[in-house]
Parts: sequence; C-alpha cells; structure tokens
Amino acid sequence: MNILEVKDLDMSYKTIDGDVEAVKKVSFTVKEGESFGIVGESGCGKTSVAMSLLQLQADNGKITNGEIIFDGKNIVGLSESQLREVRWSGISIVFQGAMNSWNPVVKIGEQIREAMREHYPDKTKEENTKKIIELFDIVGLDSSIIDRFPHELSGGMKQRAVIALALSCDPKLIIADEPTTALDVVIQDQILKEIRKVQEVLGLSLIYISHDIAVIAEMTDNMAVMYAGSIVEMGKTDKVFSNPKHAYTKMLLESTPSIVGPKKKLRSLDGEPPSLINTDSYCSFSYRCPSPDDNCRNRNIEMELTKIDSEHYADKCCINCG
Amino acid sequence: MENTLIEVKNLEKYFEISGGLFSRNKSIVKAVDGISFDIPFGSSLGLVGQSGCGKTTTARALSLLDPKTGGDINFYNSETQMMQSIDELEGEELKKFRRNIQMIFQDPYESLNPRWNIKDIILEPLNIHNIGDLKEREEAVYEILKTVGLTPPENYMPRYPHELSGGQRQRVSIARTLIMKPKFVVCDEPTSMLDVSIRISIMDLMLNLAKDLEVSYLYITHDLAVARYMCDRIAVMFNGKIVEIAETEELLNNPIHPYTKRLISSIPIPDPSYNRETYEVNFQELDSLIADNPNSDEMIEVNPDHFVGTHDVKGLL
Ligand SMILES: Nc1ncnc2c1ncn2[C@@H]1O[C@H](COP(=O)(O)OP(=O)(O)O)[C@@H](O)[C@H]1O
Ligand SMILES: Nc1ncnc2c1ncn2[C@@H]1O[C@H](COP(=O)(O)OP(=O)(O)O)[C@@H](O)[C@H]1O
Ligand SMILES: [Mg+2]
Ligand SMILES: [Mg+2]
Repeated sequence: MNILEVKDLDMSYKTIDGDVEAVKKVSFTVKEGESFGIVGESGCGKTSVAMSLLQLQADNGKITNGEIIFDGKNIVGLSESQLREVRWSGISIVFQGAMNSWNPVVKIGEQIREAMREHYPDKTKEENTKKIIELFDIVGLDSSIIDRFPHELSGGMKQRAVIALALSCDPKLIIADEPTTALDVVIQDQILKEIRKVQEVLGLSLIYISHDIAVIAEMTDNMAVMYAGSIVEMGKTDKVFSNPKHAYTKMLLESTPSIVGPKKKLRSLDGEPPSLINTDSYCSFSYRCPSPDDNCRNRNIEMELTKIDSEHYADKCCINCG
Repeated sequence: MENTLIEVKNLEKYFEISGGLFSRNKSIVKAVDGISFDIPFGSSLGLVGQSGCGKTTTARALSLLDPKTGGDINFYNSETQMMQSIDELEGEELKKFRRNIQMIFQDPYESLNPRWNIKDIILEPLNIHNIGDLKEREEAVYEILKTVGLTPPENYMPRYPHELSGGQRQRVSIARTLIMKPKFVVCDEPTSMLDVSIRISIMDLMLNLAKDLEVSYLYITHDLAVARYMCDRIAVMFNGKIVEIAETEELLNNPIHPYTKRLISSIPIPDPSYNRETYEVNFQELDSLIADNPNSDEMIEVNPDHFVGTHDVKGLL
C-alpha cells in the first residue's frame, strides 16, 4: 500500500528576477512503513519538495502542477483547515534547525501539549502528558524534560524533543529534513538511531532528506537523487549505490570519503548547478557532465526517468555519460 | 625529530570568566589543557573532536592570534636551523615570523572584506608586510589565482566576494593565505560549509600544496572521513585534552581510547550493505592499560607513535 504518491509535481517561487523552478516534474511513491531518502547538494530543491508536501512553502512559492496523493486522497488544493488536519496527524515534519525554533519562554512539555490540544481537543492534560512521557521514552529523553525550558537542554536533547513533538499527533508519515545538521557526529548517531527505532516501533513511513550520501545509505530503503529541481535517479538504495547509472549519482558517490575500506582517490566536479530561472526541459546536468555523450552534449533528450529495472530508474540523458 | 616544523608542549589556554553581573566569583574555562604534539614539514595533523572540546582555541593559539596561557610552542627557524620558542620573538622578528603561519577559517565569506575586489583582498597581506613593488605584487596575485584554480585570473581579479560561489570564495581565502608562502597553515573546518563536489577539489588543492610547497597543516574537522583523506596523523581531542594521537590508519584501525572508539563508530558509512554498530563505551581496555603502566606520563605509547591519554574521563563520555 502506498501512503504517498507524488505525481509530476512542479513548484516555483516568484522573485523579481523571474520564477525559480525549485521542483520540476517530481514523482515518487512511499510505501507504508518504508523509509525513502532524498539526497542532493544544497539548493537542489529538497526542502522545497518537503514543504510542498505539507503545502507550507514560503508565501512566494506555488505548486503549479501535479498531485500529492496522501493516504488515497489528493491533498493539492485543499483548504487551509483541511490541510491543518493533514499536517501533524497525517504528515509531520522535523525540519532543518527545528531544535532552535522552540519558544524560549514556554516549557517543552507545554509546547507539545499545545500542539496536541489542537488535534485532540477531548483529551485531558493528564492523558496528553502520559503520551508525551511515552514518546520521550522512545526518543531517549527523561520524563523530567517536560518541565524544562528549551535553554536548559543541549542541542541533541532539543532535537529529540522535536522528534517527540512530530510524533505527538500520531502521524502516518514523517519528513525529516536534515534533522542532524549542526549536531556532533556522536549525537547525530544517537538521533539517527532514535528515528529508526521510532519508525520501527510505530510502523511509520519516513522521508529522510540529507545532503550526506552516507546517512542516506544507512537510513533508507529507497532513495531519489535530486539535481537542479529534478529527480535524476531513483530506486532501491542498495541498487543505486552498487550500480549508479546517472553521471551525477556516480560523482556524488565518488566524492564522498569513508573511514572504511581502502583509501580511495576521490573525484570532484567542476562548475555549479544551473540557475533555476527560465529553465528548459533538457538535461540540467549536461552543462557539468564530466564526459557527455553526443546526445548529452547537444541536449537532444528531454529529461525523463527511464526504467533500468523494476526497482531502479534514472534520467534518460546521462545514463551513458560520466 | 630532525624534520620537525612545529613542536607543541603542554599548551594551555585558560579563559577567566566572571560569574555574572553581581558575582565576584571568577571561574576558569580550561579550553586547552596541556596538549602536546609535533608536526613535521609537509605533513598534516588532523584535530578532531566534538564542538566545544577546544579545537578552535588551539588553532588560534598556534596561529598566534591569541596568546597562550601556558606551555611552549616551538618552530623550526630556518636561519639558525634550530627550534625556537615563539616566546623569544618580538618586534620585527615576530612580524617576519608571522608570515610563516596562516589560518583558513570555516566561513570564507566572513573572512573576506565584502567591499574589496578579489585582487585587493589577495594583495592585502603583501601590502601589510610590504613585500615587493606593486608590479611584483600583482604578478604574485595572478600566479596564485592560477594555483588555486581560479582561471583565467583576469576574470576573477575585478570581482567581489558576493559574486562568487562558496567554493570560489574558499579558493580566494586559500590564495590569500598562500600568497605569503607560509610554511604552516592552520585550517579550521575549511570545507564544512561546502558541497561534496566542491569540497574534494579544495581538499586536493591543499594536498598538492603540501606536496609541492612542503606546507604543513593543522587540519581541524569534525568529520573523521575528511581527516582520513587529508591527514597523515590524527589527534582526538576531548575536554581540552588530547585523548589519542596516532598515524591516521593506525588510529582508525586500532583505536584504544573509549572516546576515539565511540567517535569512529558514530561515522555513517556510504555503503548500504555495511553493518555499522555503535560502540558502547567501556573503560576496561583503558583501565588495564593504565594499570599495566603505573609510572607512565599522561600519554602512554601503545604502539610506535601511537599515544593514548590517561586523564580521567569517566562520567564525561
Ligand atoms: N522563498 C524562496 N524564494 C525564492 N527562491 C527560493 C525560496 N526558497 C528557496 N528558493 C530557491 O529554491 C531552490 C531550492 O531550494 P531548497 O529547496 O531550499 O534546496 P535544498 O533544500 O535542496 O538546499 C534554491 O535555488 C533556492 O535558492
Ligand atoms: N573567548 C572565550 N572566552 C571564554 N570561553 C571561551 C572563549 N573561547 C572559547 N571558550 C570556551 O572554550 C571551550 C573550547 O571552545 P572552542 O575552542 O571554540 O571549541 P571547538 O572549536 O572545539 O568547538 C568552550 O567551552 C568555549 O565555550
Ligand atoms: Mg534544505
Ligand atoms: Mg571550532
């Protein structure tokens, strides 16, 4: 059963220089209980995808095409009150830097209860508190944290509390957008573990977003590689890693150092991603492709994922390059 | 050691902080608390550890940006061909000496003056130290831009920092550093703000400079995988002290200190088939090491050139 189907999603931001096409024809599905990864370098549109799913993008951003089918129902174009229903109790998000967005003058527990009150107006304070304690237990926080103020907690503890908050209204799908950026590796490791545990214990679906291919390798069953607003490769995480097809995916894998295995020479990539204003429908990676074939060089092939096998897709243009 | 460029002995940097507006109490933060290491010519030492452990403080003391509060920093003096303490330097000698030490910061944007063009930014250190005439300085800028891969240089010289990408800005700050032909460069997370595809080219650039110009680095990073790529040796810092130091592969393959083990086991591996397990901290190995070496110093040599710290860290990990 698919909990989420995204079909041909386009989202762009209005700016004085023109429309920034941050999400271009993005399609993917997330099955129940699955962990789906989105990886790519900064500015490729990962956060824009995440925010579009919740329709919480910035005011100048607009979904211009496509469907987001959550739990069997297209949620694009729903009214604000219907969307509020979906957010938190359907899809909830742990966004980048969320740990710094706690209200400094309200106790952590009270802030979580506030979110719960909106969704469960009939529950008592005691019932909500009991649930928070259960969630704190899952994410590895002591129940006494409920009565603490944000500044009394370390970064790692604040981020755990954010995860508890995201779980408080029983979502079916959690989006984690770079949830460990700015945390130390030891803390990152703990948070990754908690997220996996939460997912297993509660049977949740997860979309995990990161620029770090190593974290994606560890956290996800299936993954998509994004470049300049588009998905350029997608499939079972094992397959994408063991048999990358797109030149950009190959580059990402070959530029990531590791502490295990023989020490390898790493590969870098010249140039930068193209502007997202006034783009066309041809391969966006062609400008940077390290060894383009004739089709890529001449920009003959429109961008479109093609099937490598039943669990692996890559953009038509660059599968013979690089 | 014959080819030692820099020798650090029991380096200390303590900060005194007042206990608040109405308090007379002062407390001491032992940001760097007695660390020792050597760096040979053309070699790089990685300094890793969690935030707040004292890496930047070490970097600033070694770059002579902040005065140390204890210990010794000795550099090889090419004129006398002997190690010389930085405490003995003053005036003109100190100024000359400073050229040999440069620092590259994490955020290339903050360290570049936004109102100057690239040429003037890179020229500045030559102006400060009054090196060469204007023509020679401009030639030097042109050459160094080529070295750091900002070509053709004439396209970059008139531009301003905000017109460049993060990777290009970091190249500018490297160019500005290298134009002084330093022997020792302290790098504080120089690539942590950059995307992977750009990061590697900056790292390769720095590695080539180490080879070609015999530049030595103290390379600070929170990413052990980056340290492995960049560094000949790695020092693991915890709570102001070095808890373990060894040649890079030795440290990764044979860590002894529980903090090092924990750190190594926390690094995600870019391979979905790899089964990483987090090490559960235990002190057995460290305790028996200490018991077996009752009269040792703070650092015990467990293998050639592999040292483990014996400071009390129980309850802190
Ligand atoms: N509110 C906005 N207005 C205009 N452009 C935006 C806005 N938010 C993001 N962008 C642009 O959209 C692109 C994708 O950004 P983002 O989704 O944040 O990428 P990522 O999360 O992968 O780093 C970038 O080019 C970014 O500059
Ligand atoms: N100027 C200062 N005054 C007081 N304490 C400081 C100062 N600079 C750093 N510290 C303290 O010294 C410790 C080490 O800091 P730092 O060297 O910046 O660590 P790192 O770079 O490893 O994150 C921290 O506890 C920090 O708060
Ligand atoms: Mg983002
Ligand atoms: Mg620092």
